[in-house]
Amino acid sequence: MCNNKVKDDFTELKHIIDETGHEESALISILHKTQEYYGYIPRQAQGFIAHELKIPASKVYGVVSFYSYFVEKPKGKYQISVCLGTACYVKGAADVLKRLESELGIKFGETTPDLKFSIAQTRCLGDCSNAPVLMINDKLYSKVSPDEIPLILESYKEEVSS
Amino acid sequence: MTSSSLKYSKDNTDKRLDYNSLRQLKEEAYKNLKKRVLKDDAIGINENGTFYLKGDYYEKQLRIALRNCGIIDPGNIEDSIATDGYKALADLLENNVSGQQIVDDMTRANLRGRGGAGFNAGRKWAEALSHEAPHKYIVCNADEGDPGAFMDRSILELDPHSVLEGMAIAGYAIGADKGFIYVRAEYPLAVRNLKIAINQAMEKGLLGDNILGSNFSFSIELRLGAGAFVCGEATALIESIEGHRGMPRNKIFRTAHKGLFQMPTVLNNVETLANVHMIMLNGVDWFRSIGTKDSPGTKVFSVVGKVLNAGLVEVPMGTPLTSIIYDISGGIKNNKKLKAVQTGGPSGGCIPASLVESTTVDFECLESLGSIMGSGGMVVMDEDDCMVDIARFFMEFTVEESCGKCTPCRVGNKRILETLDRITQGQGSEKDLPYLKELSEVIRDTSLCGLGQAATNPVLSTLRYFENEYISHVKNKRCMAKVCRNLLIYFVGEGCIGCGLCKINCPVKCIEGERKIRHIIDPEKCIKCGTCMEKCPVHAITLS
Amino acid sequence: MIDFTINGIEASVEEGTTILDAAKKYNIHIPTLCHLKLHDLNVENASASCRVCMVEEEGKNKMIAACSTRVKKGMRIRTDSIRAIRTRRMMIELLLSDHPKDCLICPKNGKCELQNLAADAGIRSLRCEGERRVCTIDDDSFSIIRDMNKCILCKRCETMCNEVQTVGVLTDVGRGFHTVVGTVFDRPMHSTTCTFCGQCIAVCPTGALTEVDNTADVWDAISSDKTVIVQTAPAVRVALGEEFGMEPGTVVTGKMVTALKNMGFDYVYDTNFAADVTIVEEASEFADRFKNGGRLPILTSCCPSWIKFVEHNFKELIDIPSSCKSPHEMFGSLAKSYLAEKLGKKPEDIVVVSVMPCVAKKYEAQRPELGNSGNSDVDIVISTRELARMIVDSTQDFVNLPDSSFDRFMGQSTGAGTIFGSTGGVAEATLRTAYEFLTGEELKEVNFTALRGFEKIKETTVNIGGTQINVAVASGLGNARKLLNDVRDGIKQYHIIEIMACPGGCIDGGGQPYMHGNTEILTKRMNSIYNIDNKKHIRQSHKNPEVLQLYNEYLGEFYGEKAHKLLHTHFYADRSEI
Repeated sequence: MCNNKVKDDFTELKHIIDETGHEESALISILHKTQEYYGYIPRQAQGFIAHELKIPASKVYGVVSFYSYFVEKPKGKYQISVCLGTACYVKGAADVLKRLESELGIKFGETTPDLKFSIAQTRCLGDCSNAPVLMINDKLYSKVSPDEIPLILESYKEEVSS
Repeated sequence: MTSSSLKYSKDNTDKRLDYNSLRQLKEEAYKNLKKRVLKDDAIGINENGTFYLKGDYYEKQLRIALRNCGIIDPGNIEDSIATDGYKALADLLENNVSGQQIVDDMTRANLRGRGGAGFNAGRKWAEALSHEAPHKYIVCNADEGDPGAFMDRSILELDPHSVLEGMAIAGYAIGADKGFIYVRAEYPLAVRNLKIAINQAMEKGLLGDNILGSNFSFSIELRLGAGAFVCGEATALIESIEGHRGMPRNKIFRTAHKGLFQMPTVLNNVETLANVHMIMLNGVDWFRSIGTKDSPGTKVFSVVGKVLNAGLVEVPMGTPLTSIIYDISGGIKNNKKLKAVQTGGPSGGCIPASLVESTTVDFECLESLGSIMGSGGMVVMDEDDCMVDIARFFMEFTVEESCGKCTPCRVGNKRILETLDRITQGQGSEKDLPYLKELSEVIRDTSLCGLGQAATNPVLSTLRYFENEYISHVKNKRCMAKVCRNLLIYFVGEGCIGCGLCKINCPVKCIEGERKIRHIIDPEKCIKCGTCMEKCPVHAITLS
Repeated sequence: MIDFTINGIEASVEEGTTILDAAKKYNIHIPTLCHLKLHDLNVENASASCRVCMVEEEGKNKMIAACSTRVKKGMRIRTDSIRAIRTRRMMIELLLSDHPKDCLICPKNGKCELQNLAADAGIRSLRCEGERRVCTIDDDSFSIIRDMNKCILCKRCETMCNEVQTVGVLTDVGRGFHTVVGTVFDRPMHSTTCTFCGQCIAVCPTGALTEVDNTADVWDAISSDKTVIVQTAPAVRVALGEEFGMEPGTVVTGKMVTALKNMGFDYVYDTNFAADVTIVEEASEFADRFKNGGRLPILTSCCPSWIKFVEHNFKELIDIPSSCKSPHEMFGSLAKSYLAEKLGKKPEDIVVVSVMPCVAKKYEAQRPELGNSGNSDVDIVISTRELARMIVDSTQDFVNLPDSSFDRFMGQSTGAGTIFGSTGGVAEATLRTAYEFLTGEELKEVNFTALRGFEKIKETTVNIGGTQINVAVASGLGNARKLLNDVRDGIKQYHIIEIMACPGGCIDGGGQPYMHGNTEILTKRMNSIYNIDNKKHIRQSHKNPEVLQLYNEYLGEFYGEKAHKLLHTHFYADRSEI
């Protein structure tokens, strides 16, 4: 991951662990704080936590994968949900998704390296008459054609840099 | 209403209380609170000086666990002390009441676990007291996860000290030195208020070492859940506190014998603990005079769905269900007809309208109807709700939340959901129904933990009371409540003016028709998105 | 005693007995898939997760799990009621509905507990099919194949990996229907700290965990122009018979040699010979360290799982294991040098096949440092189970085969080489030789019985020439970890430590015939090992005539330069953390 925080030497994470405790029962509290700090739980951090708590890394991973609150991938500032409900699907939502993926260079479920965008697919957004639709955070875009994608994304890119 | 101003006067913070100073502080704090209450139109004062929330909705209830909610400032421990907070604990300590005595009283009170299982809390305490161990623990289960239920959240957010005091009393009774509150991470305000409350109680010497100058020491730690409904199950919760995946343990030992860190552990729910103070203060006989013989006390329900006034309702056990739905919650919205009441959340069952009349809310009655008290979720449904779809909805939740440890819950519930999916999509067959019933019963009787054991209650109870709806789904491929989209046919009626709006907006172009002539929908191509019906200016399109 | 009834029979058991154990006492077999209790090894998997052992308690609504419910006074249990039978069937059907059901081509075909259960219950169709978990098969390692599509989440493997072996590679990953037994970050086994002990394979009830099958490689080698040499480990001969219905513990050495010759191997040799060489080298190394102030204790190095465990977990102790290669590697190295010369062959024209009770040896054989001038010491490793399959495949009537003897030069062995197959055997064999090396006197009593048996950690002290030599033996990596922690922290001082990764030693190796929880089989294998030793005329490695011939004609002195080059190796402390 290109998140700069992850490349660090875990000074802050070490601090978190020292503060929370080195016993196994502190694991979930530590994971909460780790996610608060990084925005997600990087795998390198999981390895570091395992090392500090003297437990197998597989154990930490097993715990992270069990609780739905913990995520292993950073989510973007702008979450793009592409509706893949039946109406949108027949109106070409798959093409919209494909264009979106190629524009951003990521697959659905992933986040761009600069942490600005992530793509999720979603069940019916309840706006079938305007299919295909996509949503960026809370804003709905109707009757989207693949060619409109670059323009839509541009407005967010500028917003971010300003 | 009080605002949750969390400003707290620093004046007394360095002063740990003893029995006398607690009494003095109470007098002082009561005056302050009363002064505030007098200015508040929403709060009234009883003859005996206690406070209550004004209005029919509240006055028809009997608020014991919710006694302080909405009245005191949860961020100020003095408000809690003003309403006799920590007095029960102080009395027990000052009078050197034995653990055995407290446990006996609690057992006699028969305060049944408000989290769902309905087990006599005193008997749990008694077992934990009977085992010798280097450490014992009190765990407060605040992992309230039922969708639409928020009883515990309200108590934690609005009256956290009632829970802390309940835990301290339990700790004193069984000889525990440490307590944990396992609270959902999704309740940030509850977490914040609990943190504040614990700190204030520590500062005042109401928690921590030598509480109120006695020999009793008891501290409380907060642990956050991480998005796993199954952690509401006692042993899964314990696993989670220990830092593991929240998967239930095998049941060879009871938690009161070998629980957290393999030590005797009492695990009570938030509402249960909030009752302890009142039982200790007012006596067992007072408590038993409320509710029914086998279900004493009150219960808080989270009444949601198609009622006029949704919200938390606390009533004595044994209260008729109709009085909750009609007298307190204002009846069904939009003058629709009541169809069923679902109690007990995803683990509960549906009570049909025909039986609602004779239903009372106590453990025995609800169980005899195939539902449960559960933690107090209550969803009121009207004629627009499809019972098969409701069962499917709850199964979807359970499958999502199953931990995956035991076969019946992991695979069985998945098969139930798949079968219900097929039925609601019009692909069910009559053979599915006996299979659903048999599999649901096996899952109920064989699952490792309460989540799995109760998972199929929504299916079993709807099969029992609404079998006709299942039959109409599988045999006639019809959903009478018009909920299951795949079973619906969109039909252009005689009122059609041939404007063409439906035709233009149809995403799959399955509507044909000349201008000014009645249009026709091709049911084979129709994806049942409902756009045409929405767009029709004369409401000529109907569902059948 | 607790009185109760089971299927109407008046019964009585000790307090604390589970219904499952109580039923056994009355010859009632309650099937289970997850429960596993290995009495002698103190291992129990009590996850109570498969729910196949559900029984009915008369008058109660809920069914109860026999494996995790203790008998209470007055209980009336039924395992034979219609409800109990139907429930069991339903549970099996559910498991099958999430199973590939490709039994005919499954490596576990015929040995699968789920398959047997389905057969016993007479399942002919499933009332409910549905989504199945789809997992990528991990066949990247040299030892273990993980096909999680076949996993029923009994968690026996996790118990072995995490609690017994403390290796900590396996964990539940995910939740609910999609839970799988996985590894850290879903890595393939070869990228984890897995030691390939194979204890997970030994307990897996289905085909989810199996050994990498190298039988085809063996047939290929035999059908090639190369000279194919096979060696058999000490623990194989006391277990192979089980695969042909023979009484556990039957010694089938002669039949095994005949079978191998019939299969077309050019020469059939004994790893026990190499074990004798190992002892000569290891005892010399110990004597050297002991006399010259080298680092002690010396740790045995014949178990590749154990070596990998040290490399991952005890970097600070990396220089204390003996530098000896394991016996089958020594054999391979000598086969491609000493024996090659004798046979007039080039090393590259020789293929060495090892028949081992072990799956870690498959991985070990691929370690690049274990070879000479580009020739790997050992080319192919097959397990006892694989050998049995090949014997069947080649239509041999194993039980009625005549006996044959191992071939000359590397086929003779002593009792000391034999006991390598059992926990404590290597240490005992080392003492039998080291004593005479250090004192120059004859050892009167060669039996060191304190080092025998299934105890987790065994200790003894032996007076050698006036010095008290402390010896410790551990089997099972969890026990090894405890022992090594004590050594590292200075709590315990030893001179010699023997460690075998599998509980009980190689007789319980991950490549042995499946025991299905019956540890009596293990006791019988162990007894047979010591019986072979007892009957041997020569019971000390340094008195093996073929070993002496080897040193006289080829290697020169014990622990000398040539021996070093061919028989010793080195270990790596820089394996990755995770």
